[in-house]
Amino acid sequence: MKSLIDILDLSTDEIDELIAVADDIIADPQKYAEVCHGKKLATLFFEPSTRTRLSFESAMLSLGGSVLGFSEAASSSASKGESVSDTVKVVSCYSDIIAMRHPKEGAPLVASMKADVPVINAGDGGHNHPTQTLTDLLTIHREMGRLNDLTIGLCGDLKFGRTVHSLIAAMSRYTGIKFVLISPDELKLPDYVKVDVIEKKGIPYEENPDLEAAMPDLDILYMTRVQKERFFNEQDYIRLKDSYILTPEKLKNAKKTMRILHPLPRVNEISVAVDDDERACYFRQALNGRFIRMALILKMLGMEVK
Amino acid sequence: MKIDSIKNGIVIDHIKAGKGMYLYEVLGLEKLDCQVAIIKNAESKKQGKKDIIKIDSLIDIDFDVLGYVDNGLTVNIIKDGVLIEKKSLELPEKIVNVIKCKNPRCITSVEQELPHIFKLTDREKGVYRCIYCETRAKDR
Repeated sequence: MKSLIDILDLSTDEIDELIAVADDIIADPQKYAEVCHGKKLATLFFEPSTRTRLSFESAMLSLGGSVLGFSEAASSSASKGESVSDTVKVVSCYSDIIAMRHPKEGAPLVASMKADVPVINAGDGGHNHPTQTLTDLLTIHREMGRLNDLTIGLCGDLKFGRTVHSLIAAMSRYTGIKFVLISPDELKLPDYVKVDVIEKKGIPYEENPDLEAAMPDLDILYMTRVQKERFFNEQDYIRLKDSYILTPEKLKNAKKTMRILHPLPRVNEISVAVDDDERACYFRQALNGRFIRMALILKMLGMEVK
Repeated sequence: MKIDSIKNGIVIDHIKAGKGMYLYEVLGLEKLDCQVAIIKNAESKKQGKKDIIKIDSLIDIDFDVLGYVDNGLTVNIIKDGVLIEKKSLELPEKIVNVIKCKNPRCITSVEQELPHIFKLTDREKGVYRCIYCETRAKDR
């Protein structure tokens, strides 16, 4: 039994397999409709999240399985002071697989060390979010037809944006990748990603706080929200929240083939007017999230569909 | 200054000057009943100054802790007045409950019973990171 805590727990071959299964699910969802009959997914969300939780639940229901769990710490025994370890030991008795979100970094790793069933990290604080990365990879692959030879602009909160950290780690394993890091000074990419991942692998990158100047080179523009919940100080949040707002005007010099991704939810960092642009694929990305999670659940439960 | 030589025990030598007391604490040597000597700022041809710890008993030493704090030191094991083993140390792959993660967002900040585990992620630079949140440990 294997858990998924960090996107790097999966080899590139395993990611290719998951993408292939997700493509097959998209092509013929009916084939997969009952394969998880009798299996239960526990969604343990110690921090509120609408789309990730619903995406997991929708994935399991689309496979014919069932779901149980809680959507905030207040409605779990954590509010009584129970440890993560004890919670997952108990939940292991009631489910076949666990998806966990927790505000503290490393909580899903602790869970995976104690649980008797596979644990999927559904986001731990500002740290990792591997299933969002799988969603991003499936989306890039479906939209661009490849995962190599891409210039990827990452824009917004690169400091606390866990989706950004995981995406960089994952894309760093493909050839011909270049990163353009677009953020205000206070929200720059932390060293444990910049030094230990990008520089260590000798991947070309540039730090450019000017989104419009960076735009013409980009194949992928990955926008992120400045997340209020990551700030201890509200003044800092208010000062930084409007650093980048993508509008149709700012897209004037972008490639026609460029694709705009966003893990969602957005606040105002992408103007609604951009939604109709064919390059905007964040809602297709959200849909892909369900398919890749279906593929992942099948893999982690050791189920193959012929 | 004269310190009695050891018959059965351990001499931790070539400790970086100033680290002796810290090692004494992290190894929990204050709990021992036997004689323990800490020599600070001893003369050293190689290092100029060094610290030395002499323990008058063959206790179990946590070599991982020693290697993490100062991988340049040597450990001499003495039995019946004879040096039977001289160990050089290298950085351990993993250290448990030697240092604490200072990241307030780390799960260890709220779950007190969890062991604080750090892994060596860059041997060349001697970088250790918390296994839970990947926060880099302060330089040793």
